[in-house]
Amino acid sequence: MSVDLSLDFFSLFGLPYRFNLDETALDRAWHALQTEVHPDRTAHLPNSRGAMAGALRVNEAYAALKKPVTRAQYLLELTGMSLDAINGNTVAPEYLMEQLEWREAVEEARRVNDVDALEQLALRLQIRTDGVIAQLAEELDGQRDLEAAADTVRRLMFLDKLRLGIDDALAALDN
Amino acid sequence: MALLQIAEPGQSAAPHKHRLAVGIDLGTTNSLVATVRNGIAVCLTDGQGRSRMPSVVHYREDGGIELGFNAMSTHVSDPRNTIVSVKRFMGRGLADVTHIEAMPYVFEETPGMLRLRTVQGSKSPVEISAELLRALRERAEASLGGELTGAVVTVPAYFDDAQRQATRDAARLAGLHVLRLLNEPTAAAVAYGLDNASEGVYAVFDLGGGTFDLSILKLTRGVFEVLATNGDTALGGDDFDHRLYCWALDHARIAPPSAEDARRLQMAARAVKELLTVSEEAPFRLRLGSGEEVDLTVTRADFFGMTRPLVQKTLVPVKRALRDAGLLPGDIKGVVMVGGATRMPHVQRAVAEFFGQEPLTNLDPDKVVALGASMQANALVGNRREDDHWLLLDVIPLSLGLETMGGLSEKIIPRNATLPVARAQEFTTFKDGQTAMSFHVVQGERELVADCRSLARFELRGIPPMAAGAARVRVTFQVDADGLLSVSACETSTGVEASIHVKPSYGLTDDEIAGMLRSGLEHASDDLAARALREQQVEAERLLEACAQALATDGELLGEAERAPIDALIARLRQLAARDDAAALSAGIAALTRATEEFAARRMNRTLRAALTGHNIDEL
Repeated sequence: MSVDLSLDFFSLFGLPYRFNLDETALDRAWHALQTEVHPDRTAHLPNSRGAMAGALRVNEAYAALKKPVTRAQYLLELTGMSLDAINGNTVAPEYLMEQLEWREAVEEARRVNDVDALEQLALRLQIRTDGVIAQLAEELDGQRDLEAAADTVRRLMFLDKLRLGIDDALAALDN
Repeated sequence: MALLQIAEPGQSAAPHKHRLAVGIDLGTTNSLVATVRNGIAVCLTDGQGRSRMPSVVHYREDGGIELGFNAMSTHVSDPRNTIVSVKRFMGRGLADVTHIEAMPYVFEETPGMLRLRTVQGSKSPVEISAELLRALRERAEASLGGELTGAVVTVPAYFDDAQRQATRDAARLAGLHVLRLLNEPTAAAVAYGLDNASEGVYAVFDLGGGTFDLSILKLTRGVFEVLATNGDTALGGDDFDHRLYCWALDHARIAPPSAEDARRLQMAARAVKELLTVSEEAPFRLRLGSGEEVDLTVTRADFFGMTRPLVQKTLVPVKRALRDAGLLPGDIKGVVMVGGATRMPHVQRAVAEFFGQEPLTNLDPDKVVALGASMQANALVGNRREDDHWLLLDVIPLSLGLETMGGLSEKIIPRNATLPVARAQEFTTFKDGQTAMSFHVVQGERELVADCRSLARFELRGIPPMAAGAARVRVTFQVDADGLLSVSACETSTGVEASIHVKPSYGLTDDEIAGMLRSGLEHASDDLAARALREQQVEAERLLEACAQALATDGELLGEAERAPIDALIARLRQLAARDDAAALSAGIAALTRATEEFAARRMNRTLRAALTGHNIDEL
């Protein structure tokens, strides 16, 4: 069986165009595809060394679909929305305040090296993120309100970045 | 020879031919070679039935080289030319190496990677490692009765690009066809997983002689997927020895030891550490070359106390890898212990406490990496059966990025991305008419470029002159299944393409490797005199270059009266190098080397001081 690498990421894995996705099915499809295209599978054949275009494409697709934020961005891209429209810097004013508060809380905990406070923040952030993901699922899979979804994706991007900031702060305190 | 071979992917082109393939664990302390024989992975032994080969290389004054157990005897009598733990120097500069003050070697700082000065001339860590690998290749070929098709060589998962390149160069220099660089914990997981038909999420805790890795893998139906990896490439059993050594120096009240005595003390420290694994106390007793006596007793409590910070240090990468994988200690189904240093009871206890379960120690921690590597090698050369479908999906341990304005690193490929991976990023010009852009490729997690490892610098030229911001320069990072990076850049907006492929600056190019191998072959057929002359000429050239560089940077360390004879000897050596009198040339080299010894020592002191500045003694 040969793999058609020109397919979009959802078709490549045989998954429906939905934001809510069966992670086990994604993992399984990824493993099955890599079993076909990974350079290790053909390393012993003449002239095959270094042939990794297939594995690169499959990993790119997997990385894009695995994370909610990149999966939503990709779905919007598939509808024809431009990258600038998806990633634009405008955020609804009511969320700006929320962003500032989060950021200040993280920076304060970081400044005083408070591991417990950081872990508390990570937990609260997780709950908040789960809520935003549920909203995104409704907007993308339910109402099909793409403008609203693009707005929500930007909020999710912010929460993801915040999460990285907390992880970095915690990593620095592991010592 | 078949001119045309037709085969379906996944099927061997010549199904009946068993190809000879090995897995090699190139360790800090010991190295091993293994192969799959009749479907079972086995370590190959030397003539005396020993599978491990100490990673020790002795350069003899008469031009001979001794390896492994044979080199152990000169540990103490000739420490300067008996190189141990060379893995710690792979892809590293002088400033990167810890405990350098306790090492008996004569180091040379050269761009990218340090070198060691031996009685047989200047040697790079790559060349020294190649000696070990060559011996293992010869062992394998003798044992298997034929030439090897290829080898899988293992590296610590947390090795960066520089360290991986250096390892691959060493293997190629040893005449090996490198099928794959495989991460050590992943190799161990393969051996463990295939043996036990395991499913679920496992952690591999790999504390070797000089490096520490922690990898978290998900095992599902024949797929070994690495979720996250972390580690410390300068933490291992050697550091536990070093604490004991320092403790002994403190308690024995002896004069600062000579290089020979330092080696004696270090070997005694290692023996004490090993004894404390099985007994409650151990004598630290030896007579030094200086005539002084060391007569101490170390209890387990002493040892555990002095090395507790090291054990704690291993938990840092454990926590980070778990966080990156989004898991808690309780999510881990089993913890596989790898590396000789995991035999220490307090290491096992700390791991058990952290994960809330006893670690898995049923595999030989010294052999499991080589065995797993041999299984991968067997698969890569096409020996496996059709129903034997397993696959490794490994990750890149450290983020790759580019330097941006203000000395910050912009991450292009994040750590723990599954390999192979490619990512592109677009940049633009910031001046009108700008026709060139320079790039600085770095690896590491820190925000400041200065805190990351510099991998390569390159320039893209030939960009058509445009208004600022109009050019579109696309930089693509690609990391292959060995974890090795290549970078390309091109200007795309005008259809005028200028692109460049970079190899990290410390790596050897294919041509250089081929040249080194070719010159090796040529030597074999040359008569000895011509070979000796050429070697002397190369050595002279190298020495002249090193002197010129040293004088340019640190010339002020010499007074005028000290400088004049050195200049005269340099001029004379230049003349001798152009003639074909090997003996005279050799004498010229020796004279200049002797005359610059004091200068070299002063430079070394300066470098050491620079390396030590700003560190307190506990960090070293």
